[in-house]
Amino acid sequence: MAVTAPFSTPSATAPKGCTDLPVIRERGQREVFCGLTGIIWLHRRIQDAFFLIIGSRTCAHLMQSAAGVMIFAEPRFGTAVIDDRDLAGLADANEELDKVVNQLLDRRPEIKLLFLVGSCPSEVIKLDLHRAAERLNGQVRPGVRILNYSGSGIETTFTQGEDACLAAMVPALPQAEAEAPASLLVVGALADVVEDQFRRLFGQMGIDRVDFLPPRSAADLPAVGPNTRYLLAQPFLGDTARLLEDRGAVRLAAPFPLGVEGTTAWLKAAADAFGVSQDTFEAVTARGRERAHRSLERYRGQLAGKSLFFFPDSQLEIPLARFLAREMDMTLTEVGTPYLHRSHLAEEIGMLPESTQLSEGQDVDKQLDRCLAARPDITVCGLGLANPLEAEGLTTKWSIELVFTPIQGYDQAADLADLFARPLVRRTKLRV
Amino acid sequence: MKLTVWTYEGPPHVGAMRIATALKDVHYVLHAPQGDTYADLLFTMIERRKTRPPVTYTTFQARDLGSDTAEIFKTAAREAYDRFQPQALLVGASCTAELIQDDPGGLTDAIGLPVPVVPLELPSYQRKENWGASETFYHLVRKLTKDLPKPEKKAGAQPTCNLLGPTALGFRHRDDLKEISKLLDLLNVKVNVVAPFDATVADLRRIPEADFNVMLYPEIAETTVRWLERQFGQPYTKTVPIGVGATRDFIGEIADLTGVDPEPLLADLPSNMPWWTRSIDSTYLTNKRVFIFGDASHAAAAARVAHEEMGFEVVGLGTYSREFARSIREAAEKYDVEPLITDDYLEVEAKIQELQPEMILGTQMERHIAKRFGIGCAVISAPVHVQDFPARYSPQMGFEGTNVLFDTWIHPLMMGLEEHLIGMFREDFEFSDDAAPSHLGHSAARPEPANRDVPQPHQSQTDVPGVPRDAAAGVAVLERPTTEAPAHETASPGTAPDTEGAPVWTVEAEKELKKIPFFVRGKARRNTEAYAAERQIGPITVETLYDAKAHFGK
Repeated sequence: MAVTAPFSTPSATAPKGCTDLPVIRERGQREVFCGLTGIIWLHRRIQDAFFLIIGSRTCAHLMQSAAGVMIFAEPRFGTAVIDDRDLAGLADANEELDKVVNQLLDRRPEIKLLFLVGSCPSEVIKLDLHRAAERLNGQVRPGVRILNYSGSGIETTFTQGEDACLAAMVPALPQAEAEAPASLLVVGALADVVEDQFRRLFGQMGIDRVDFLPPRSAADLPAVGPNTRYLLAQPFLGDTARLLEDRGAVRLAAPFPLGVEGTTAWLKAAADAFGVSQDTFEAVTARGRERAHRSLERYRGQLAGKSLFFFPDSQLEIPLARFLAREMDMTLTEVGTPYLHRSHLAEEIGMLPESTQLSEGQDVDKQLDRCLAARPDITVCGLGLANPLEAEGLTTKWSIELVFTPIQGYDQAADLADLFARPLVRRTKLRV
Repeated sequence: MKLTVWTYEGPPHVGAMRIATALKDVHYVLHAPQGDTYADLLFTMIERRKTRPPVTYTTFQARDLGSDTAEIFKTAAREAYDRFQPQALLVGASCTAELIQDDPGGLTDAIGLPVPVVPLELPSYQRKENWGASETFYHLVRKLTKDLPKPEKKAGAQPTCNLLGPTALGFRHRDDLKEISKLLDLLNVKVNVVAPFDATVADLRRIPEADFNVMLYPEIAETTVRWLERQFGQPYTKTVPIGVGATRDFIGEIADLTGVDPEPLLADLPSNMPWWTRSIDSTYLTNKRVFIFGDASHAAAAARVAHEEMGFEVVGLGTYSREFARSIREAAEKYDVEPLITDDYLEVEAKIQELQPEMILGTQMERHIAKRFGIGCAVISAPVHVQDFPARYSPQMGFEGTNVLFDTWIHPLMMGLEEHLIGMFREDFEFSDDAAPSHLGHSAARPEPANRDVPQPHQSQTDVPGVPRDAAAGVAVLERPTTEAPAHETASPGTAPDTEGAPVWTVEAEKELKKIPFFVRGKARRNTEAYAAERQIGPITVETLYDAKAHFGK
């Protein structure tokens, strides 16, 4: 689709292809979370779902340490901790699993969707959770659907856990008829407030059939079929996208809705696919764009010219780098990502400044050497690295906050900029 | 397989990390899948350490399983040695790597590194964090000292000891260490080595030179000090010096071991606690019903302080440290309560519901339970939380420790006169069930939202891992009870006067019950119902309520 725009989405449709950009590919210690971590936001998103990890004490410990969720009354996730008796024989492990599922559903009768989530140990001992889910589905409790996916560290990195979860939901989505009217599906967990804003904007453009995956309730699984057009709201959803396409849905290629440019191009991709006129699009988005520009102005002074280094973490790194480089005039030192999805990120990569140094995979010690040598003004990294880098005199931004904060869309653009500005402001403020 | 919501201890390799991170020149090469690196943040975020833990993870992935994970381990070990130049190396596997059986010890031997290598066998599917720390410390000390000669004692020299047990990520270890060092100095006992906290490999080799060992934390150090006693004839102290009485006993033990004169110190104990607790304003502490849960050493010590020094009534006592359950069983017998030995958070929660204590001395988990039930709580034990690393000096042990315990334990309680006023004027609209101790301020009394499970898929930006949003409210938070139902629900069917259902209360009796402050109301309801059941009384009237009160005395 051609974007002829008086507003600025210059090269959104003309990706240069990542072969133009240098990519460091490394293998070594990867300082990243596993896919289980995604449960921390997914379990709040789907209000009647429960995530049961079948794993070790390590998995349970990871969840409570990484999440710091002891503040919640009772989370809708838990761990069935495998012990040495389970390791003795698989038949036994299946019986044990049935017992735990029953115990859990007794305790939480309001649960309508149960995910059995595989972990490193359950994968290594080849506990077949897919068969377990099929066996238990509808049998334990009428009306409780049971699905499975793997969030194991040997297969998934951090946000890939969300991809695996959504991919597991795709086969459960109702079939939309071939003659059903065209509908839009937004894929990827978003904050409620962001979802509501997007729904309003699409509605004002005349796109009324809009669904979101994951839904807020298990009862609201959106239908999918050949007339489904989908927009990825997150850049880490490769498997989910593939399965949606197997169901006939068509992806609307776009950059991701971060910053004014990204949000505009993302909305525009839907507008074009649904035949929204240029005038309508302009009219609907004008206020949001204007507000975002105005509020971003405040941060440009704080961020422009500052150098930025991304350790690989959430796969949001490339869209974030694009926003910070183009709209905030920051300088990119190195942009690391755990995995580079070339086709889903084609538009994004095409918009990065030429000669941006990308890196894929990780050898954390070598990357730390590069970071310390470059001494960027701000470093985006995981929680294990942030304080040690601060102690070396660097300013950091924890990447996990970028996944837990509403940052998409026009009215969150400044919040996103603020996440980067705040550590810099803090460092200049403190006199201790 | 066991359903777990929260866990009191991490896996055993996290215990090994606590030892490695406490030491200055030891590195740990851990065969583990990607994702297990989360454990770094325990140290850099919760404890706010300025350096990464000295741990190299192999972070193998699924595609490596088919090829050669052993080779990945060897490369990681070699590179870790080259980069970090440790004086000793720990090698081991996390839960997943344990299943693939690569033998980290044998693989490291094959590389032939020029430093001592300690292979750790920590069965992840049976054991837990404290045991892992204890084993790691023991094997490391043993490896480094076992071939050393038994040192000769010089007659007339200043007595010396080692302080063993403080680790990284320990509950107040940093401050306990300082406090106990001061105490030893007052007794003219010299500290030879502190380990593993801030020790080097060279320090560990000097452990045999001391006259005796101070076992600060039995969960971490007992295996090691027992071996040192057998190997080098070093006796060790057995009292954990938490509380006035225990600190006095500890001083007595040291006097017995060394011959130093404890009397000058015992005669004028530098602690405010004995007088503060005798001061008449503390009368209101008398027989406050407390439930105690934590690691075995801290829980047992807290029970003694609660009973003998605060004048509380211990109504429940338990631990998640199965390896040390015996000490809790003994203590429980002393206070005539049933010991609760479990690592199941849900069981602890059920017990608290059943006992309806007025206060909980527990871990961060119990703090959470306490908050939901509207009971005051002070934290006395690991598992640790970012709040357990205060900026200020705040030991649990020794003299200053006794002051800290007094202050932190009474903080969540309602002061005497305030409690009386609430009892007298129940109908004052400001004395609602939301009323919290007035010194805890308005926010502490904020009731929880009616529906606590309101979904919040993307938390606000202040909601950071390890840092609860209510951190500002302090360790102890007193909130309104979410429901009065617990007492109802847990009344066992046998106590119901009418086997068909719950005990029946007249409207007047229910109203009268509401006049009792909420923090004792559950207990009053339970007592009354038990009283009625025993005597086949139904329905429960105002008279029954007061008859029961007279019968039970409170």
